[in-house]
Amino acid sequence: MGLDIRDPGTFQGPDAPSDDDLSTCVHCGLCLNYCPTFRVTGLETESPRGRIYLMTQWKRGGLPFTEELVRHIDLCLGCRTCEAVCPSGVPYGRIIEHGRAEVERLRRPNPKSLLVRQTMRQLLGHPVRLQAAGAMTRLGQALRLTGLVPQSRVLPRLTGAYRPPAGRVAPPIGERRFRVAFLLGCVMPIFYRPAHEASVKLLQLAGCEVWFPRGQRCCGALFAHNGDLEGARGLREVNQRAFGMEDFDYLLVNSAGCGSHLKDFYPNLGTRVRDLFEFLAEVGLPEPRQEVPLRVTYQDACHLVHAQRIRKPPRQLLKSIPGLEFVEMAHADICCGSAGIYNAVQPEMSERILAEKMEDLLSVQPQVVVTANPGCQMQLEAGLRARGRQEVAVKHLAEVIAAAY
Amino acid sequence: MGLPNGVLRELKQIVGGHQVVHEANDLKIFERDGSISGALPDAVVLPADRDQVAAVVRLAARHGIPVVPRGAGTGLSGGAVTVKGGIALQLSRMRRVLRIDPASRTAMVEPGVVNQDLQQAASRHGLFYAPDPSSQKACTIGGNAAENSGGPHCLYYGVTTNHVLGMEVVLADGSFAWLGGEAPDRVGLDLLGVMVGSEGTLGTITRILVKLLPVPESVVTLMAAFPTIETASHAVSAVIGHGILPAALEMMDQVTIGAVEAHYRAGYPTDAGAVLLVEVDGLQESCGELSGEIERILKENEATNLRIAEDPDERELLWAGRKGAIGALGRIKPNYYLHDGVVPRTRLPEVLRRVGEIGDHYKLPVANVFHAGDGNLHPNILFDLRDAGVMDQVEGAGEEMLYAVVEMGGTLSGEHGIGIEKNAFMPWIYSADDLEAMLRVKRALDPAGLMNPGKIFPDPEREPRLTARAGFCAEARWW
Repeated sequence: MGLDIRDPGTFQGPDAPSDDDLSTCVHCGLCLNYCPTFRVTGLETESPRGRIYLMTQWKRGGLPFTEELVRHIDLCLGCRTCEAVCPSGVPYGRIIEHGRAEVERLRRPNPKSLLVRQTMRQLLGHPVRLQAAGAMTRLGQALRLTGLVPQSRVLPRLTGAYRPPAGRVAPPIGERRFRVAFLLGCVMPIFYRPAHEASVKLLQLAGCEVWFPRGQRCCGALFAHNGDLEGARGLREVNQRAFGMEDFDYLLVNSAGCGSHLKDFYPNLGTRVRDLFEFLAEVGLPEPRQEVPLRVTYQDACHLVHAQRIRKPPRQLLKSIPGLEFVEMAHADICCGSAGIYNAVQPEMSERILAEKMEDLLSVQPQVVVTANPGCQMQLEAGLRARGRQEVAVKHLAEVIAAAY
Repeated sequence: MGLPNGVLRELKQIVGGHQVVHEANDLKIFERDGSISGALPDAVVLPADRDQVAAVVRLAARHGIPVVPRGAGTGLSGGAVTVKGGIALQLSRMRRVLRIDPASRTAMVEPGVVNQDLQQAASRHGLFYAPDPSSQKACTIGGNAAENSGGPHCLYYGVTTNHVLGMEVVLADGSFAWLGGEAPDRVGLDLLGVMVGSEGTLGTITRILVKLLPVPESVVTLMAAFPTIETASHAVSAVIGHGILPAALEMMDQVTIGAVEAHYRAGYPTDAGAVLLVEVDGLQESCGELSGEIERILKENEATNLRIAEDPDERELLWAGRKGAIGALGRIKPNYYLHDGVVPRTRLPEVLRRVGEIGDHYKLPVANVFHAGDGNLHPNILFDLRDAGVMDQVEGAGEEMLYAVVEMGGTLSGEHGIGIEKNAFMPWIYSADDLEAMLRVKRALDPAGLMNPGKIFPDPEREPRLTARAGFCAEARWW
C-alpha cells in the first residue's frame, strides 16, 4: 500500500527538517499529556515525540515513506503546545512546518491536498478575489444556501468587510506616542470587521498613529502551516516590500497565527512585530470609561500562548475592565481543534477535540468567550452553534476591551 | 516473533478495531520509552477499562504471549520496552479519577491518570498527592506505582509505596486481586508492598487507591548558590545534621545550571559551582523559624547567593528549572543517559568526585542534578548518538559510576527502577540466594513468566555486562 521509497533521498529535500532540529528531542515524553491528539487517542503515534521519531526514522531510512504513516503528520494540529512545555527546547513548530513541506513534496499527488494548495494560492493571497468570495458567501448566507457546502457551516455570519480609513492613517487619540503599522490580514477584514474596528480604536486610545500600508497581503501563515513554504516565501516578499515603504515603530497584529508567523518567518520585520495585547499591556491604555458587566472566559489562541508565549497580557487586560467577571476555564491553553484549516481537512479529529473544549467551556457558564485569532473564533462559534448554545457569544478580545471605552 | 494466528482478531474483538496497533511501521514508533533502549512490540493494545485488561491478559496467557503494561512511556530504566516482543498494554485511555474522598483523604484512580492531573483534581479539595516525579506533567500513577517512583518531595514525605493504600491488579492468568484497602494498617504478608515497585513483572495495575494530604498552610523555598559541589554537599549534611528534615533538598551542578537557565531563566546564578533548592512546608510559624535556621546553616557553609521565593510565581519558576532540568540538557548534547543511584548521604562529595573523574576519563560531559537530601544522585552522561562508537563509552562510564556507588555502600536505583537497564548488575548487591528468593515470588504469581519478561532479574539469555560490556544498548536502533 502506498508509496514506499527507501532510497537515501527520502525525506532529504531542501525543506526537510534538519538533523540538528530533529536530534534536539531526547525522547523524554514530557510533551505527551499536552498534545491534543495524544490526549484523545492515547497513541504514541499521535504525539509530538512519536512524530519526531517518525520523521527521524524517515530521514535515517528506518521506516518507509507511506501514506499510512504520513497520516500521523497530517493529524498534527501544529498548535505548538508541546514546544512551550519542552524542556529541551525542541523547535517543534519549525520541524512540523518543514516536515509538512517535505511530505507534500514526496507524497503521491492527491486531489485533496492539491485542492487545498490551489484554493489557498488562488484565494488567500489575493485580497480582491477573497473579498469577492466573501461577498458571495454573504449572499449565500442571506439566501440560506449554506447547506450546499458542508464546510461553509463553520463560517461566521458575514457583514461588510473592514476598510481602512481614508488616507490609510488613523490618528492617535490624545498625544501621539507611537507610529505603528497594522496588518489587515486575509480573512480578518472579511470575517471579523468588528474585531479590526475595536483593535484600531484601542491602538488610537493608546496614542498610536495607525498606518495601513498599501499592497499588503496575507502573511502566509496558513501556507507555511500546511506545507507550502514556497507560497509563503512569495507572500513574504510582497509584504516586505509593502511594509518597507515607510518608517514605523511596531507592526501590530491582532491574529495570533499571523503574529507568530511574522515573528518567526520575516527576518526583516520580525523584531518589530507585536501582538496587539502584548503591546497594549506593555504601553498601557487610558482608564476605562464604562463598566462591561459580562461573565467572560478566555480561550488561549495556540499561536499566542505557545508559539509567542503570551499568556498573561490578555488576562491582565480582561481583569482591568470594571464590571467584567473573568472566569478561567479548565484547559484554556489546549487547542480548540481549529488550527488554521485543520477543521476543514481533518473534521473528525477536530470535532473530537472541540467536544472536549465545549465541555470545559460550558462548565464555567460564560456569557462571552473571547479569543484572539480568527480560526479559534470560527471554531468556537461553530461548536456552540452545533450545540444550540448561541446565547454564549464569541468575541475577539479587542471587542470586549474596547467596549469599556 | 509475531502473534499466533487469530490473536489479532480476538484482540480487536476485546478492545475494538481502532484500539489495536499492529501495522509493523506504526509499531516502530512504540519501540522505546524514556530510556535509551528499544524493542518492537508485536501489538499495542489500548483497553478502555479493567474488564478489557483482564480479557487481554487471559488471551495472552492462553497463547503464551508476553504482556508489558505501558503508561506514558517516560520511564528511564526501560520498564515499558518490549524486550521479548508481545503485547504492549497501553493504559493511557484509562485516565479517570474515579473518586476523591476528602473526608478520608483518599483518591481512587485508574492507572493512566497523569500524576499532575491527579494533583489538580486533589487541589480542588485542598489536598495533594505527595510523590512528585520530575516527569509528573506526563507520567501516570500506574507507572509511578509499578516503578515505586520518587521525586523531590519524597525526602520528607516518602516515595510512592508510602502513599498507596490499595490496588486492584490483574494477575498473569487474567484474574483480579485486591491488595490492601481503605484501612491504614495491613496484617499478614505485605503483598501490596511487593506489588508496588515490581515494574509490571507480577501483574497489571487496574485501579489504585492513594493517600492524599492536606496542602500545607505555608511553603518556603530557598535557592542557595555554592562555589563547588563539595561545599554544597557539606551544607546538605549540615542541615540534616542539625535535625532538620526539609520537604525537599535538591542539588544541581554547574553544567545543569547553564542548560536550565537557557530555557527557564529560573534565576540560578550561572557562575555558581552548585545550586541547592531547599523547601520547607507546614504551619506558617514553624516554616519561618525553620527557614531562618536553614538560612543560617547554609551561610555558615559558604552559601554565596541566597534567595527566598517571594511569591508563588517565583517559587514555581525555581521549581520549573529543577523539574525540567533533565530535558533541558538536550541543549548541550542531543542524547543523555541518566543514571540513578543512592549512597549514604555523607558519601556524596566522594562519589560525585569519582563520577567526575569517570566522565573525564571517558571524555564525556556529565551533568549532575539530584535529590541531595536522600543521597540519591543522578549523573547524566551527555552524548551525541551520531558520534561513532559513543555508546560503548557511555555504557562503560555509566557502569563504572554505578559500581562506585555500590562500592561506597550504596544501591543501584533510588527511583527509576531496574528494568533492563540494571538487571545485569543485580548480583553486585544480591547473592544468588537472594535473587532466587525473589524469583520464587515471581514464579508463584506468574508461573509462565509472561508478565513483563526480561526485567529486574538478570537475563540468562544475555551476557552479564561485567564480563562483556558491549551489547546492551549498543545497537542504538533508533538513530
